[in-house]
Amino acid sequence: MNNSIEFLSGNEALAQGAWEAGLKVACAYPGTPSSEILETLSTYKEVDSQWSVNEKVAFEVALAGAIGGARSLYASKHVGLNVAMDPLMTSAYTGINAGFVIVTADDPEIHSSQNEQDNRYVAKFAKIPLLEPSSPEEAKRFIKEAFDISEKFDIPVLFRMTTRISHSKQDVAVSEREEIANKKFEINIPKYVMVPKNAYKRHIDLEKRIRLLKDFSNETDLNKIEIGESNIGIITDSVSYLYVKETFPEASVLKLGMCYPFPDKLVQEFAKKVKELFVIEELEPFIEEEVKILGLKPKVKHDTFKIGELKPEYIPYIIRQEEKPVSKLAPARKPSLCKGCPHEQVFLALKKYDPVVTGDIGCYTLGALPPLEMLHSCVCMGASITFMEGIQKAIGQKVIAVIGDSTFVHTGVAGLINAAYNKAKGVVIIMDNSTTAMTGSQPHPATGVTIKGEETKKLVLEDLCKACGADNVDVINPHKREELEKIMEKRINEDKLSVIITRFPCILVAKKGMYKTEDSEKEKNK
Amino acid sequence: MNKNKIYNILFCGIGGQGVLKASEICGIAAIKDGFNAKKSEIHGMSQRGGSVESHLRFGKEIYSPIIPEGDVDYLVPFYKDEHDRMAFLLKKEGVDLLNWLEKAENEIKDKYLINTYMLGALSRYLPISEESWLYAIENVFNKFIDKNKEIFLIARS
Repeated sequence: MNNSIEFLSGNEALAQGAWEAGLKVACAYPGTPSSEILETLSTYKEVDSQWSVNEKVAFEVALAGAIGGARSLYASKHVGLNVAMDPLMTSAYTGINAGFVIVTADDPEIHSSQNEQDNRYVAKFAKIPLLEPSSPEEAKRFIKEAFDISEKFDIPVLFRMTTRISHSKQDVAVSEREEIANKKFEINIPKYVMVPKNAYKRHIDLEKRIRLLKDFSNETDLNKIEIGESNIGIITDSVSYLYVKETFPEASVLKLGMCYPFPDKLVQEFAKKVKELFVIEELEPFIEEEVKILGLKPKVKHDTFKIGELKPEYIPYIIRQEEKPVSKLAPARKPSLCKGCPHEQVFLALKKYDPVVTGDIGCYTLGALPPLEMLHSCVCMGASITFMEGIQKAIGQKVIAVIGDSTFVHTGVAGLINAAYNKAKGVVIIMDNSTTAMTGSQPHPATGVTIKGEETKKLVLEDLCKACGADNVDVINPHKREELEKIMEKRINEDKLSVIITRFPCILVAKKGMYKTEDSEKEKNK
Repeated sequence: MNKNKIYNILFCGIGGQGVLKASEICGIAAIKDGFNAKKSEIHGMSQRGGSVESHLRFGKEIYSPIIPEGDVDYLVPFYKDEHDRMAFLLKKEGVDLLNWLEKAENEIKDKYLINTYMLGALSRYLPISEESWLYAIENVFNKFIDKNKEIFLIARS
């Protein structure tokens, strides 16, 4: 491991770099393409790592770790960061103490998400600096800089990965960890208690920090000009840089590793050096807007390129100012529920009643695909029970919500409390496969196992549902179809708020023996 | 051999066939021999039976982690339908290993060893030392290492 070369993914390289930079606290909720960051960090004994209940919780624990004085990191997918927006927006005001890095792994092309929002805008919205590596090698190098910038300017740093960078691998030089002493935590009410009077002053301070960061952005070598032989000059960031280098190695390039605060002077200097100025970026026109604000008139991509990933073969189309070509690739094979998946049994049982089913995010979302087509909504984590309540109000007929065990703990609980409190009726099915299956089988509070595989307090879902105010809570093995259908029949026809927990371990967890749960043990001993 | 040549290999199949593992082994073997290498993949839901493709590029200096369209030198299929989807990406003078897949399916009883067999076949075309291939196999597989080495060498020679 000592200064050797390893074949690392972007997520692994980021984790390695953060560890080398003296990281002490790391929190996340799993989500593709970000999950491997915490999975890798959990293997280092020096890092206090955790799967948190959800992203808001993860963000707050990590932010407070940094305020307390230890270098800390939060990681999630792009939509996960939405859940953490509340603490994120104010963390720019409070600032940090020891370095704090917020990792967002965006998903251009929507490989495994519900949208393809471009989180570069989050940096501008929240007024925090944005760093973007283009490769695993840069992810490792830039994450160290991110901690330094965070401490130098007393501000959280947004670190943006994308699926392509998170999940591609390359040879990366690894080195030793640098131990960084904790910073002293001092009580500082004006800085850390964001009541109006203090927050107003912190906003003034934040604007000062952002001005200093703008100067830094113009000077740092995270942003660099590479002069080539042609008249074309391309401003680019993230993985788009590599596609530009691949297809136009002779072009002059301004590679932005730090897009916000925007390096205005550097961009103007670059624009003077080239005859024809282009902006090439994936998804939204983030850089384009900033360049145009400066009064420059770059050539930019056609609107059709706002959708989906960029690819090296698209770059000539952008240069020629053409639309995005239609892919010649035939449609990919769709994923489906695994053979023997316990979720399938529940959908097959539901089919008998032909109900409206509000869904959530997890493997069971695949229940929307033919031939099942037994899931009729999916918007975000935790939106199944709340959708059940809302749709019922409009259509006046009983709706069924399905949600996974991990998703229920993440943000489903509040929906159930709300339904009980507001006298809603309906049937909530918690498809409990005792893991976070879709993202690669991570444990969660109801498994009684931590990220490090240690036993811990186990959240008992049936007790929790009763405490939330459910009228009935049934627990049943979904493979016992007759019993399941009998219970469903009964609960659907009652005027009550019922929870049915269909409990059977995910076959992938049982197969791999990734961690033991009571049920997977029982299953094995059968 | 052209020292500046970049080798572009496309592995394709479906979830559970070891597509990503094969690509990983090739990448580790290439960097062991001092090349730069980049591998790209899409996973997430692939475990659940969807299409899986992995791009592996190695050479002196690699920029893009994905192979530009039409630049595939070696197409390594693990599943016939996926091969047919991807075949148009192969260069005119590229090498299609479909015949090796047919051979593997006839000769290898254990379907979990087909990826290793295909790697052995691929290794015939690449400037990577046998030592590095075997090193990579040892590092990526956590069980049946000897069996995998054996199958690799059968296909290689």
